[in-house]
Amino acid sequence: MIRRVFAIAGAEMLILRRNWWLVMATGIMVAFALALTFAGSSPTGTLGVDMLTVSVSSMTTLAVYLAPLLALMMAFDTIAGERDRGTLGLLLTYPAGRGEILMGKFLAHVGALGIATGIGLGSAGVVAALAGGAGADSVIALIRLIVTATLLGAVFVVLGYALSALAKSPAAAAGLAAGLWLVFVVLFDLGLLGAVVMDGGGVFTQKIFPWIMVANPADAFRVWNIAASDGVAMASGMGGAAQMLPVWAAPVSLLLWPVLGFGLARAAFKRVEP
Amino acid sequence: MTDNAQNNAPGNAPDNALTIRSVSKFRGKTQVLHDIDLCVAPGERVALLGHNGAGKSTLMKMILGLTPLSGGNIAIGTAPPGSAAARRDTAFLPESVSFHPTLTGREQLTLFARLTGGRLPDIGALLARVGLADATDNRIATYSKGMRQRLGLAQVLLGRPKVALLDEPTSGLDPISRQDLYTIIDELAAQGTAVLIASHALTEVEAQTDRIAILRKGVKVADDTLSNLSRIAGLPTRLRILAQDGQAERIAQQTGGTRINGASVEIYCDADSKMDELRRIAAMGDVVSDIEMTPPRLEDLYRYYAREGRI
Repeated sequence: MIRRVFAIAGAEMLILRRNWWLVMATGIMVAFALALTFAGSSPTGTLGVDMLTVSVSSMTTLAVYLAPLLALMMAFDTIAGERDRGTLGLLLTYPAGRGEILMGKFLAHVGALGIATGIGLGSAGVVAALAGGAGADSVIALIRLIVTATLLGAVFVVLGYALSALAKSPAAAAGLAAGLWLVFVVLFDLGLLGAVVMDGGGVFTQKIFPWIMVANPADAFRVWNIAASDGVAMASGMGGAAQMLPVWAAPVSLLLWPVLGFGLARAAFKRVEP
Repeated sequence: MTDNAQNNAPGNAPDNALTIRSVSKFRGKTQVLHDIDLCVAPGERVALLGHNGAGKSTLMKMILGLTPLSGGNIAIGTAPPGSAAARRDTAFLPESVSFHPTLTGREQLTLFARLTGGRLPDIGALLARVGLADATDNRIATYSKGMRQRLGLAQVLLGRPKVALLDEPTSGLDPISRQDLYTIIDELAAQGTAVLIASHALTEVEAQTDRIAILRKGVKVADDTLSNLSRIAGLPTRLRILAQDGQAERIAQQTGGTRINGASVEIYCDADSKMDELRRIAAMGDVVSDIEMTPPRLEDLYRYYAREGRI
């Protein structure tokens, strides 16, 4: 079973390298991370934190948008594309089960995302450290950022699989993926913001709002990175909401989502007739 | 006891590599397959013939476990379709097979070999056997349709399958490749694989299969050897007698045949009376200079069995 999962993962990784996805994703990550690091380098003096800390806090905001986007770009075609090309039917007649196929692709896709995130955010971190200094705290914050950004990507990889299995064509899957990204990353926060403004600091804002927020993996990612580091919280100015939650809330949300999403994708894939 | 054995359908035919029993399939409210029965023994080559939409591909997908059955049952050996054991024991060549274009032939086949399990075979040798030795490390995107079909055939040969399902295997192949294909099918059958070939290329499967099953609009209308099918259909064998100079008229009168030109006479006889007829002609002595015998063509048979309104 493990052999079959790795066989799928190996072939999938080869495809990601061949079609330049890995290079492109890493390039995008590096470019945006460097740009943000330099653009966001001004508040260093006023806040009294090193430049790497500031860089990590701007890159947190960047990763919230970019990691889900890159993950969905990879994942939306996974099942719909194979079915469209006519390669899915043959693959499913082999002894690898559908769960194994999905797991193999998942390992390759998350691995590729990890490489792109690691190199992209890591190189910007190194540049920031060289230019404006770094401490043990800020290095840990950077590592935490890379790991959690990959985890956030993993959430959207599996959600992308689920869409890919449900969609009738690759084009429909792409549309659904764009919608999913918009809802989780943009509209969800806008909706919450609206609700908080309407509520005017009442029970909703105090008790319910933080939990709804952390249920969204994108916000859980943000909260985890901010709550774990005082420097990052200060630099991002977003410490308030994070402090209302227990420490475990964000990590549990972000770790639970990939598992739930995988189950969802597996269930959707089961219904697919090539 | 007997009832028990019959209920246990896959168990009561342990000799068959593939057992299909009263299988039905509905798509929405339309019934696309009606009570299909079909068995294939190890080493047997069976042709599944039918027009487009007759249900050949649907039946194959059901054998592979890709499409659920609406009724009846299927067993690969004794395993239900789609089970791990069944998937290990079946090989499939889809109609106009396709692969991921960015992989090379070797990489694609290595992946399939790893999924099949067991020791990794010599991929290079396998690709050479289907005539892809020169394209082994080229990307599949550069392959022609015929080359993809050959790669598809190579993956059928992985892991000694018990059942091989080939859906229109000759599509896109030139005549020489077709000959190669049937050589490979014969080798598969010789190693004990049950081969089911879906086709509408009638002339080719004629000599290459042990048995022929004909599907028409989801109904199996025939399932027998070619000679038995001809007999049942009562399609006549044509004898063309070449007469010695000027003797054609006399032969036509004696045999009751029709003279078709100055020197030839044509007689139509059914399978049972063919030998009698031949003996009678042989007894006529040297007025007959040659006999040409044409058995009913598969096309004729096919037209007979697949004709509207029969059954």
